[in-house]
Amino acid sequence: MLPRSLRHACALACLFVWTCTQIGPVFAADAERPSPLRSGIEFTSADVRSLQDDDFQNPGMLWVTRGEELWRVAAGKSGKSCADCHQRAETSMKGVAARYPVYDAAAGDVVNLEGRINLCRTHRQAAKPLVYESENMLALTTYVAHQSRGARVEGAVPTELRASFERGRERYRKRIGQMDLACTHCHQQNWGRTLLAQTISQGHGNAYPAYRLEWQSLGSLQRRLRACYFGVRAEMPPYQSPELLDLEVYLAWRGRGLTIETPGVRR
Amino acid sequence: MGRNPRSLRLVAAVALAAIVAGCAAGVRSASDALDTALTATPGDSARGREVIAGRDGNCLLCHEVPRTGVRFMGNLGPPLAGVGARLTPGQLRLRLVDSKRLNPESIMPSYYRIEGLVQVAAAYRGKTVLSAQQIEDAVAFLVSLR
Ligand code: HEC
Ligand code: HEC
Repeated sequence: MLPRSLRHACALACLFVWTCTQIGPVFAADAERPSPLRSGIEFTSADVRSLQDDDFQNPGMLWVTRGEELWRVAAGKSGKSCADCHQRAETSMKGVAARYPVYDAAAGDVVNLEGRINLCRTHRQAAKPLVYESENMLALTTYVAHQSRGARVEGAVPTELRASFERGRERYRKRIGQMDLACTHCHQQNWGRTLLAQTISQGHGNAYPAYRLEWQSLGSLQRRLRACYFGVRAEMPPYQSPELLDLEVYLAWRGRGLTIETPGVRR
Repeated sequence: MGRNPRSLRLVAAVALAAIVAGCAAGVRSASDALDTALTATPGDSARGREVIAGRDGNCLLCHEVPRTGVRFMGNLGPPLAGVGARLTPGQLRLRLVDSKRLNPESIMPSYYRIEGLVQVAAAYRGKTVLSAQQIEDAVAFLVSLR
């Protein structure tokens, strides 16, 4: 029989090891989060900031308005609209975007906001899924995410999302493309510095879908990510590929605590 | 603690040998420079300026470079004013060809290397960022920055 103090020590050690396996990876990754945490809007010029702040000037509000209309339009064989199930988005959708992406048990996979909207369409409305990045998909996503404006990104990593999180975390630090650069090289090691004339931000997703002046349009977070892939001359993963979804999971964790700005405005 | 002095001496000798070898490698210019030109045609400084300031090299994304006539330049890398006085042509060439041979953590792209790259977009696959002649031209321009 071991002496009592030793048994206590063993029990404590076991508890410690167990705790580490539970929170270990996320805890260890904590040093990888930028500090202080800053939204991309803080790195933009005054004219971009005032565009985002003024609902009458923010071009992204056009998609919010369009989404609000679509919310009430019946679709598919069910003959039901979003509003028929969810009533007022102002209350039912409040804070939802701050929790996404989530793990969906039925889908057995990571689901982002766009993915959820299409699950509702196919499973509840018996309608055709919306094409990613189509005007209607952008409008509905923006309208739903807009209901969380001002809410803080939760970025939780429940057990079911852990594997996706770890893949996203690895991907974030993997050099890719002819430029041989990883996300971390620009957005973790060099935020605040300039790339030609553009100040590099911490690369958060809290403004998306966002209106980009360069696109002259609104676009999803995945479109923005693909722009960075393009920049390093890397092969672009398709929309809704596991690669981009994993990155979304990692980005939500990395930016947890930031406030949702949808529809954001960016250069 | 239970070690005999003989094996201790052996360890010390091995360590010393390693240190000496390491220093020698550091001193040998071969590890810090590529002294042989990549092409027979000597570099052309005026064309090098185009490579550096234009879309092919895109060096201004990260570096401030004098005499390019460009107003906004990045600062992810050090300013290149006076770099021709600081570094030899061979040192400059190595940094353009593959700066990761000096610093594996470098964020500066390797302009004349194709091995070891992953997930390269189809349009660029199997191609170096710059041609051998463009590297020589860029080196010629950098040498002139004194
Ligand atoms: C060579 C530098 C570079 C690399 C590498 C890079 N980005 Fe970016 N990224 C930028 C620049 C420049 C912008 C536009 C300015 C800004 O908002 O940071 C940007 C914007 C973003 C944004 C939008 C931020 C906002 O608030 O609008 C996100 C998100 C992002 N990047 C994520 C990523 C991810 C994920 C990767 C890796 C797959 C990546 N970036 C790789 C340079 C880079
Ligand atoms: C994505 C960023 C980036 C780009 C693009 C880039 N560099 Fe660099 N460069 C760096 C960094 C960072 C360093 C510092 C050394 C290091 O980390 O490898 C550097 C170092 C150098 C040095 C050594 C400077 C010194 O004083 O020791 C030279 C010369 C140089 N770069 C030239 C170029 C040229 C020419 C191009 C374009 C053909 C270029 N760089 C493109 C980031 C970049």
